[in-house]
Amino acid sequence: MSRFDVSLPWWAWVLMGLGLAAFVAMVAVSILRNRGMKRSLFASPYALWMILFTIVPLVIIVYYALTDSSGNFTWDNLRNFWDSNYIRRMSATSDAARARYAVRGMSNMDPLIYSLWMAFLCTVICLVLAYPTALFMADRKMKRASSLVILFVVPMWMNITLRTYAMRILLVDDGPLITFLRLVGFKDAQLMDTPAAVLIGMVYNFLPFMIFPIYTVLSKMDPALQEAASDLGANPGRSLIKVTMPLSIPGVVSGITMVFMPAVTTFTLNVMLGGSKRLMLGNLIEQTFTKQSNWNMGSAMSLVMMVLILISLTILRKADPNNEGGGL
Amino acid sequence: MKKLVSLILCLLVLTACVSAFAADDNVVYVCNYFDYIDESVLELFEQETGIHVEYINLMDNEALLQEMEISPAAFDVIVPSDYMVERLIARDMVAELDWEKLPNAAQYTLDYLKNPAYDPEGKFSVPYMWGTLGILYNTKMVEGTVDSWADLWDEKYANNVIMMDSLRDAMGIGLKVLGYSMSSTNEEELFAATDKLVEQKQKGIVRAYQLDETKDRMVGGEAALAVVYSGDAWFAIDENPDLAYVVPKEGSNIWVDNMMVPKQAPHYDNALAFIDFMCRPEIARMNCEKIGYSSPNSGAIAGMGEEYAANRVQNPDDETVARCEIYHDIPAEVLKDYNDLYNEVLNAH
Repeated sequence: MSRFDVSLPWWAWVLMGLGLAAFVAMVAVSILRNRGMKRSLFASPYALWMILFTIVPLVIIVYYALTDSSGNFTWDNLRNFWDSNYIRRMSATSDAARARYAVRGMSNMDPLIYSLWMAFLCTVICLVLAYPTALFMADRKMKRASSLVILFVVPMWMNITLRTYAMRILLVDDGPLITFLRLVGFKDAQLMDTPAAVLIGMVYNFLPFMIFPIYTVLSKMDPALQEAASDLGANPGRSLIKVTMPLSIPGVVSGITMVFMPAVTTFTLNVMLGGSKRLMLGNLIEQTFTKQSNWNMGSAMSLVMMVLILISLTILRKADPNNEGGGL
Repeated sequence: MKKLVSLILCLLVLTACVSAFAADDNVVYVCNYFDYIDESVLELFEQETGIHVEYINLMDNEALLQEMEISPAAFDVIVPSDYMVERLIARDMVAELDWEKLPNAAQYTLDYLKNPAYDPEGKFSVPYMWGTLGILYNTKMVEGTVDSWADLWDEKYANNVIMMDSLRDAMGIGLKVLGYSMSSTNEEELFAATDKLVEQKQKGIVRAYQLDETKDRMVGGEAALAVVYSGDAWFAIDENPDLAYVVPKEGSNIWVDNMMVPKQAPHYDNALAFIDFMCRPEIARMNCEKIGYSSPNSGAIAGMGEEYAANRVQNPDDETVARCEIYHDIPAEVLKDYNDLYNEVLNAH
């Protein structure tokens, strides 16, 4: 016996076995069909990885989301997401409990809405900040573009927790930002423990993910296009709106995806900068798994979030059908 | 076909390698919280006994329980808190201790911690550290005396109170300020406590809900009042002399962290040797001085002399101890209630 012993439920082993069998079968079929190595075989290490760490966990999440603690099928976890009082109301035995849980509980829906709203704001702010920056960096007359790129990359070498701790020094009540705001007349200015601080933290952490896809698309753009536009009489503003912007849409779409997704699921920033004053969906899921050990409810929450992200990605894909931005 | 066969062989070899990760016999797997030991103690133990210590950090009791459910033979020594001790005993997950092999623990454990309510016969647990839950306040930022949980509801401290983001402690304070037991399982009392905590938040008195961050933020003078454990209070006071700590007059929680041995522990004898080593007065004292909580070891206390005795944060007087209570484990069904109600508090706005 060692501490590497893992006891998983039997069906988890079955699932993993099936995954492995499917993989072996895939390889076998591809060899038999093509009589030898084929290029698609080069993808097999990734296929194995995907089956083990994408497909199997996904199946496990769906399984947990649709069962109760003793493993019986139930919709209750999902119903309880929509109405956090649902399970309590069903099991209420006293008048006090019936009265308290009579109306719809929002403690699961509220964090979801709040998270989506914060992620939306973060994405918009990032886009507004990133587009001009990317334009500036992609300008061929700019000799220092590469050093600018480095400036944006360097903070990303640091761990997110450390970065956020550094952020706190700027945001605390006797820090430079608040001192300045109070000097110019905002006597009650406060950033720490407010949604604004969480938003600042999110923008700070995710901005590079918006800048780089846009920068990549812009810097690859053929300068002849703008020259042609100006030859045909378009002033710089018009050529920006009519030529550069439409052509950079793939980069924008890719940037939005790369900012919005981590922004929806963020939770450390809420604890470290927001003082946990509002629950975000990430906090709720983390708590449900670790503190409450309720894997069923936690899986249901993750499932809802994954479906929402999938829907928004599908909508976004419509704007970049050929996947030119290299997005997900 | 050759390739297929070799591939399968590769996989088999890989599996064999993983499962052959056999146990080395002269080790002891100790699972404790992060930063909750004087690490030089581990070296002393290794030098003296030749037993190698594998030290594993976990975040909290709940993480420990989850880990033990997933792999019951992973640890030899665990350090759960009182209510978790009660649950582990009830679930038959821990081994009885052979007190013959624990002479130091038998000799030096404080009398009133020998047969605590969570382990009435003292068969399964040896106290490691204990402490109180109370209010840390900045004497320059408060008016009048602070001696009651009700001060956390005083509107003159609006936006100036840091509450503790920990289920049992947060709900316990809501219960205690209303005069109920901190381990209440009465539905109506829990509802009242929840409403009380929501009221505190909606009136804008709470600045933040924090756990690990509180200590630093109080040292930095970011809030007037905060709910903390006594050990954190001691460190904060050490760094900022404006701070003071009080155990509220209504009473509070005394928690005890205990060393235990899981039922399926692979190295039972090594585990006992480790536990008894930790109960040696000089070793217990090293840990106590590093961690800053209260020692349950009379030998260590004697060695620390008057300075420790005079330190009321670390060594509360008998009257304070008498008005405090140790948490009882909450039955799983009621604990779900606690969780849902606490979520209501965190989600209130």
